[in-house]
Amino acid sequence: MSQIPMSHTPMSHTPTEMMSIAAARLLTNDDVCFVGIGAPSAACNLARLTHAPRITLIYESGTLSTRPSVLPLSIGDGELCDTALTTVGVPEMFRYWLQGGRITIGFLGGAQIDRYANLNTTVVGDYAAPKVRLPGGGGAPEIASNCGEIFITMAMGSRAFVETLPFITSFGHGKGKGDRERLGLKTKGPTKVITDLCVMEPDSETAELTVTALHPGVTRDQVQAGCGWTLRFAGKLVETPAPTAQEIEILRDLHARTKRAHGVAA
Amino acid sequence: MAEFVSLAEGIESVVRDGCSVAMEGFTHLIPHAAGHEAIRQGRKRLTLIRMTPDLIYDQMIGMGCAEKLVFSWGGNPGVGSLHRLRDAVENGWPHKLELEEHSHAAMANAYEAGAANLPFAVFRGYKGVDLPKVNPRIRSVTCPYTGEVLATVPAIRPDAAVIHALKADREGNVLLEGIVGVQKEVVLAAKRSLVTVEEIVEDFGPRNANAVILPSWAVTAIARVPGGAYPSYAHGYYKRANDFYIAWDKIARERDPFLAWMKANVLEQGPEVFAHHAGLARQAA
Repeated sequence: MSQIPMSHTPMSHTPTEMMSIAAARLLTNDDVCFVGIGAPSAACNLARLTHAPRITLIYESGTLSTRPSVLPLSIGDGELCDTALTTVGVPEMFRYWLQGGRITIGFLGGAQIDRYANLNTTVVGDYAAPKVRLPGGGGAPEIASNCGEIFITMAMGSRAFVETLPFITSFGHGKGKGDRERLGLKTKGPTKVITDLCVMEPDSETAELTVTALHPGVTRDQVQAGCGWTLRFAGKLVETPAPTAQEIEILRDLHARTKRAHGVAA
Repeated sequence: MAEFVSLAEGIESVVRDGCSVAMEGFTHLIPHAAGHEAIRQGRKRLTLIRMTPDLIYDQMIGMGCAEKLVFSWGGNPGVGSLHRLRDAVENGWPHKLELEEHSHAAMANAYEAGAANLPFAVFRGYKGVDLPKVNPRIRSVTCPYTGEVLATVPAIRPDAAVIHALKADREGNVLLEGIVGVQKEVVLAAKRSLVTVEEIVEDFGPRNANAVILPSWAVTAIARVPGGAYPSYAHGYYKRANDFYIAWDKIARERDPFLAWMKANVLEQGPEVFAHHAGLARQAA
């Protein structure tokens, strides 16, 4: 992974913090968001604790409109149920709420991604004799196809952003523009990939991921070094606004509370 | 009518060598004590079914109880890999493990189809992904009304279901609240079931009219095991031991430390330790 030189101003932040903050900023009060664990959970709860207090967060354990004060370690921590508007069974979750088309944004992470935002969380190597057996798809395959649109958040690295996926766990844009429509999918699929170095969006003509924003202090070379394919950059490349003091403070408080709650020294 | 049994009796009669067993619990109410009892009794050649194989399946796989795993997400949530599952898949230790892999939506639908006495589940899924290429049980059907092609998976009909619930009453009715996962579906889909509970009460008393209740006549056996979900949790009784989930990563990473931990904490212990683990012994004193 590329390392960004850290500045020593009061506003200094880590690349991971920038990733959470950039992802959080994309969410609004009107969104109904299906939240994956890890980076997506941090971003969604940061949005809720800053500019989007009325955002609806849903975890696949069946908790609807949950408002956890700490980040859950698992998708079914008691905190999620205790702070939810209601909790439904898992078949209902997947049938009525996800397949029923009531989720506007699915927020996913992954072990590997390709240039068309397809994701692999299943295996590295051959499926029958894998080099690394990853956890698998869980809810992701149907989250990717049934939510209105998909945001993906992942740290960059050439082993994560790869030319060819050994296994497609969740479908993004297939092999390019039009593949989703050919499969009969009516949802948008991945519209943003928020990394620790930049933001990418599918090109409107080809659906290939294109860098549209660089985080503060990050160069094109650093982004390319963290990616296994030759990246395209948008003509109008913008710089992500630096984190505000408030964003940093709220995110760090959230992580500190989370560490204390999970029995890990902060 | 459900029969009240000891945990050892319940596992002996409900979970038999070579059978298919679904020990469910979606993060909440995972039947850890029951899994430990199956390990102590040396169950072999099981087909283990579960959406989210958790530490308990990692332990059962590492102790050689399983010949096949049917699952949809096999990790230690928020921590990383299940190392014993990986060792079985990547290196065949302690022996080869056959996988039948699905998505969560597929398994949730398949349990529901099992409970509904249907042969298969139908849903909108698996579009464009590779799982159907490696799992021939994932197929499709064309809607007779619209022509839409929909994914299908066979209903899950396990020989045995094992779940942990909050309480049973004297008549053997079982109550669950909180994150209820697929537990109702798995009990109704299975040929026989064992439910471990935190407590047995005379009467449930005032309750939400929509609480999940499994009637006594839909359950085979009930065993009282306070703390029996630890390090998972029981809503209103004790919290998830997230520190143990984090610690398990190191315990299970290598074979010898894993085997030593299992000997000291499972093979040489009984179900009574779970009340202590869950902090319930201190409350009761």
